[in-house]
Amino acid sequence: MSSTADPSTPATQVASLPQRTNVKRRAAKEPLLDRIIELLLFLAGVSSVAITLGIAGTLVFESLAFFREVSLVQFFTDHLWTPLFADPHFGIMPLVSGTLVTTGVALLIALPLGTIIAIYLSEFAPAGLREGIKPLLELLSAVPTVVYGYFALQLVSPLVQKIVPGTPAFNMLSAGIVMGIMIVPYVSSLSEDALRAVPMLLREGAYALGANRLITAVKVVYPAAISGIASAYILGISRAIGETMIVAIAAGTQPNLTLDPREGAATITAFIVQASLGDNPHDSIGYKSIFAAGLVLFLITLSINIFGHWLRKRFREAY
Amino acid sequence: MNAERTAITHADPASTPKVSPRVVGPFKAEVRDVNFYYGQFHALKNVSMPFVDKRVTALIGPSGCGKTTLLRCFNRMHDLYPGNRYEGEIILHPDQINIISPKVEPLEMRMRIGMVFQKPNPFSKSIFENVAFGLRLQGETNRRVLADKVEAALKSAAIWDETKDRLQKGARDLSGGQQQRLCIARAIATEPEILLFDEPTSALDPIATSRIEDLIDSLRGRFTILIVTHNLQQAGRIADYTALMYKGELVEMDKTVAMFEKPSFKLTEDYLTGRFG
Repeated sequence: MSSTADPSTPATQVASLPQRTNVKRRAAKEPLLDRIIELLLFLAGVSSVAITLGIAGTLVFESLAFFREVSLVQFFTDHLWTPLFADPHFGIMPLVSGTLVTTGVALLIALPLGTIIAIYLSEFAPAGLREGIKPLLELLSAVPTVVYGYFALQLVSPLVQKIVPGTPAFNMLSAGIVMGIMIVPYVSSLSEDALRAVPMLLREGAYALGANRLITAVKVVYPAAISGIASAYILGISRAIGETMIVAIAAGTQPNLTLDPREGAATITAFIVQASLGDNPHDSIGYKSIFAAGLVLFLITLSINIFGHWLRKRFREAY
Repeated sequence: MNAERTAITHADPASTPKVSPRVVGPFKAEVRDVNFYYGQFHALKNVSMPFVDKRVTALIGPSGCGKTTLLRCFNRMHDLYPGNRYEGEIILHPDQINIISPKVEPLEMRMRIGMVFQKPNPFSKSIFENVAFGLRLQGETNRRVLADKVEAALKSAAIWDETKDRLQKGARDLSGGQQQRLCIARAIATEPEILLFDEPTSALDPIATSRIEDLIDSLRGRFTILIVTHNLQQAGRIADYTALMYKGELVEMDKTVAMFEKPSFKLTEDYLTGRFG
């Protein structure tokens, strides 16, 4: 809210001040201070919106330059993504498939594991154990993603190669598995909060019918918390799609249109890193392709967030 | 309060039984010398009273008197929380099981004894699945049987007409009064031997309250009903028998009409006339 637009702001008080000369100085200062603080708060609020709009605007603007040279049909149907080559191809699908496969593998790990951990911590673990485990789990999300990337390449990938012979060292499976481990605390922590917010009265209703703890947790408490748990899942998905370091290190940098997680493939994020590191002139098509890829990434996460928002509203429970 | 407890003028507490001779069997359950402890707190003190088969018994008394504590002994709800301890016996007839014995499985007792809570607590499921929940827990999988029993329970709970066209819709979209009747349907779907009501109308408006009271009235003769209530008029309207508790002890139990017209103890009269509580 802008201070000048509000009729009840200190402006009216300032006008009546001259009669009270002895308190004039202090009283006059406070409304002014109020107004300054209000302005600062307003600017802080506006800045986040402005920055978001700025980023989106830049993405769209630079992408428009890209799409003046590359048709949308080619962008979505070409099976190759080689914008930096002498013979450039601009099909985004190989990058999208890489992103979707690594994200899919990560979610196959993170959603079940995170949910089980959340249910255990909320419904089964004694309070002492819960207070001990939760910070440890959250430590997982404090590990730098570079470390996860090397962990995926040096430890998980050789293991995967032993179990699935013929897998290359750079593969989406290892990257996805490690990314899944990284996301577990995001999913479990928020899900647990949602489960614990379910009132005891609901649990007692299930117990009173003869349900045991597992049935109560899975069939009564989990559905009641589904809105909050959906938020946790959405956060996990967004995190996986946007993750860069792990996939750039462990999944390879070769765009590859495949849904087979055993193969290596670049994701949208991995391409952006790779292209940003090379020196592309600012007006080159390679430079502009970064923004086109970024816009696609932005639209994917935006639509997932909008879907999550709809899901939360649709299933919100009031107690 | 202590003065009132000792200054009983209506009857000699030593020679007058707390449970009136008008309370006669057949009994569905008998509480015998039950003591209950929340950790160190002695919440029920040597409580003994019978509950007449297929009749409505109201438990009344001021807040903290132990009436809800006693009610929750019947389906072993206290077992859910650590530090609680039972002593004595609650005998369930006709099989003579002591409900609060450590040897008795709480889950089995909860399947045999239904409960309706202070606030409606339908699950985040469809109306149908709410009522079918207890049946499924008891192993019923036949869809025909489930459908029939759910329909019968909803009819008994006087909510069939409002729900028959929306059985697959979410139960939480119903109004508060409808939700509470749904919870009653959920509790009676498994034909429990005893139905416990813990102040079932305290969160409802007067119209919804009177519908619940009519419903409880209609269940008389089918179920043995225990109802905890803060509302003396409610006890007067729906209970065949009334027990007054105070500070963890049973003060007096009698036929409701007899007790409301001529209480045997001064403490009962003081409570009924609003002098405390």
